[in-house]
Amino acid sequence: MTSADVVGPDRAPPLEEERISDGIQGVWERAWLNVRTGNLGPVPIIVGEIAVVIIFGFTATNFFTSVNFVNLITETAGTAMLAYGVVFVLLLGEIDLSIGYLAGIGALVVAELQLPGSSWQMNGILAMLVAVAVCAVIGGVQGSIVAFVGVPSFVVTLGGFLIWQGVILNELQQRGTIIIQDRWINYTDAYIFSPGAGWPIAAIFTALYPASVLYKKIVARGTQIGQQSWISAGLKTIGIGIAAFGSVAIANNGKIIDTPEGLPLAGLIIVFFFVLLTFLAKWTTFGRHVYAVGGNAEAARRSGISVKRIKVIVFMISGATAGIGGIIFAAQVNSVALTFPPGNLLLNAIASAVIGGVSLFGGRGEVRGALLGAVLIGTLQNGLNTLSISNGWIYIVTGLVLLGAVTLDTVAVRLQARSGR
Amino acid sequence: MSDTPLLHLQGITKTFGSVQALTDVDFEVMDGEVMALVGDNGAGKSTLVKCIAGTHSADSGRIVFEGKEVHIHGPKDAARLGIEVVYQDLALCDNLDVVQNMYLGREISRAQILSEAPMEQHTSETLKSLAVTTIKSVRQTVATLSGGQRQSVAVARAVMWNSKLVVLDEPTAALGVAQTEQVLELVRRLGEQGLGVILISHNLHDVFETADRITVLRLGRNVGVFERRKTTQQAVVEAITAGKPTKVAGISASPAGVDA
Repeated sequence: MTSADVVGPDRAPPLEEERISDGIQGVWERAWLNVRTGNLGPVPIIVGEIAVVIIFGFTATNFFTSVNFVNLITETAGTAMLAYGVVFVLLLGEIDLSIGYLAGIGALVVAELQLPGSSWQMNGILAMLVAVAVCAVIGGVQGSIVAFVGVPSFVVTLGGFLIWQGVILNELQQRGTIIIQDRWINYTDAYIFSPGAGWPIAAIFTALYPASVLYKKIVARGTQIGQQSWISAGLKTIGIGIAAFGSVAIANNGKIIDTPEGLPLAGLIIVFFFVLLTFLAKWTTFGRHVYAVGGNAEAARRSGISVKRIKVIVFMISGATAGIGGIIFAAQVNSVALTFPPGNLLLNAIASAVIGGVSLFGGRGEVRGALLGAVLIGTLQNGLNTLSISNGWIYIVTGLVLLGAVTLDTVAVRLQARSGR
Repeated sequence: MSDTPLLHLQGITKTFGSVQALTDVDFEVMDGEVMALVGDNGAGKSTLVKCIAGTHSADSGRIVFEGKEVHIHGPKDAARLGIEVVYQDLALCDNLDVVQNMYLGREISRAQILSEAPMEQHTSETLKSLAVTTIKSVRQTVATLSGGQRQSVAVARAVMWNSKLVVLDEPTAALGVAQTEQVLELVRRLGEQGLGVILISHNLHDVFETADRITVLRLGRNVGVFERRKTTQQAVVEAITAGKPTKVAGISASPAGVDA
């Protein structure tokens, strides 16, 4: 029997993808194929975001202002930071419920360390590094209990949720509020770049994506990795450029009394961590192992991947991003108070990641999903606020969007399964 | 084929509590040989494989690999020697593509940054060298592959690492007729390429299609080693179900038959 006989019956029909030509025509064909097979990627959420902006632009008088735009960025920044950590935890198929109050611990530590007149007062930047390190260590301890003892992460981090809430209560019940005076800490939310500085920042971030495509095309010549079409890469670059330069343009073009507006540092921080964490997830061995453990932990273990080590590091990342988010939230009000964390921080962060297409069962999702989800939730809540709609309705709308996004995603996944992709 | 067995197990005994899983078992595989390991449920096939893979360590007995006594304490020790095990439940990640699965845990990287191009090229080459032609794209996720294609990826992964001995645990258990043929062809090709292959199977048809020799275990003891060309399925079935435990001194010297 020849090998051709053997493999004959199982020979796969050529993938539809392979018949698609290059060029503009190809881009359309590919897009249509993706829609039919449920391979939607971030398109629905971007469309949703644009729709929300248009709706509020027409209905709310002060939504479409630079001041509100800068507010929106600073309000979203903290949630987005937490959501980044959630992505990694969800990729493992785990959950971290402690991040809301871990953000509070980050804020509390930084507030204590900068306390003027105290014997331990330190430089604001150092204080922030220590606070983030403390949160990473706490995350690492929680992760170790999950990884080495085998307690479900839901339970461990629910314990963390209560414990860190208790610690914050104990610390602040007597004192009420700790004011943050250190300018470096407050800058994380309030620093505004001069209009001139905004443009080069936008240019750098716009250039990152085409640079990565170019790098792949050069390094991976002749492989499928390097075969992204120039046209689709160009279109995506234009999209990113519009978002980056548009953001700077809107931010630059406003005034609060006599303070010129500009790109807020908080916006730069979330984009910086977006790039950093995307790189970690997609380009490094560690990121590959996170996806592997989330996809099939037993397979990963048999392949010699230390599943426990990966889990501990991921919970450390989750703790650290929560700490950073907490500092940004504290900087927003220049203080830490008993009301921390603000609003439904934990649930908003998880909802952001899930709206962004990160699976709760592990192995599927991307960092960009958290950013897009956080921006969508942030815009919705900001817009409803400017319309003076009650908090009750804001929760209801957020819940409906979450439900809608996940339903769409579930349908899309089923379509993908049916089309065998 | 040299005279020294690639892998030679001598007097392996393993107990779990009061259960005697393996008693004084001998086993050998030569280079370029497909050695089938058969036996009824509970005969000790899996336990023996786990001793080779390093998942379990034997209570007593020697493991001689390429003429040297070795101690295998974990999957990494086995991999270092050139022993790769393809488990029944495949151990592939559905959410990763073929290249990512082939290099799982052993990614090519520079300063922790993945080098995708060589991984993709080498994967394509390996699949081609094994004549696995049914996989259209090495960037397909494994979730989109058929059972036979998955098994091919799992076997190709085991072969890629300059391995000398490949252990296949029930490779055709969940496959259809055509896919089974495809995998058996692949198993034969491994032998032809000079690798030692241990094939564990319940399916005597598969065993007689591919194996050079057949080791039969029963209730954790050796029953015999059969040469495929000189025996019949009937004789092997008899050995599996009713064979008398034997202790063959130097099995390579007396390859055939059940002690009557």
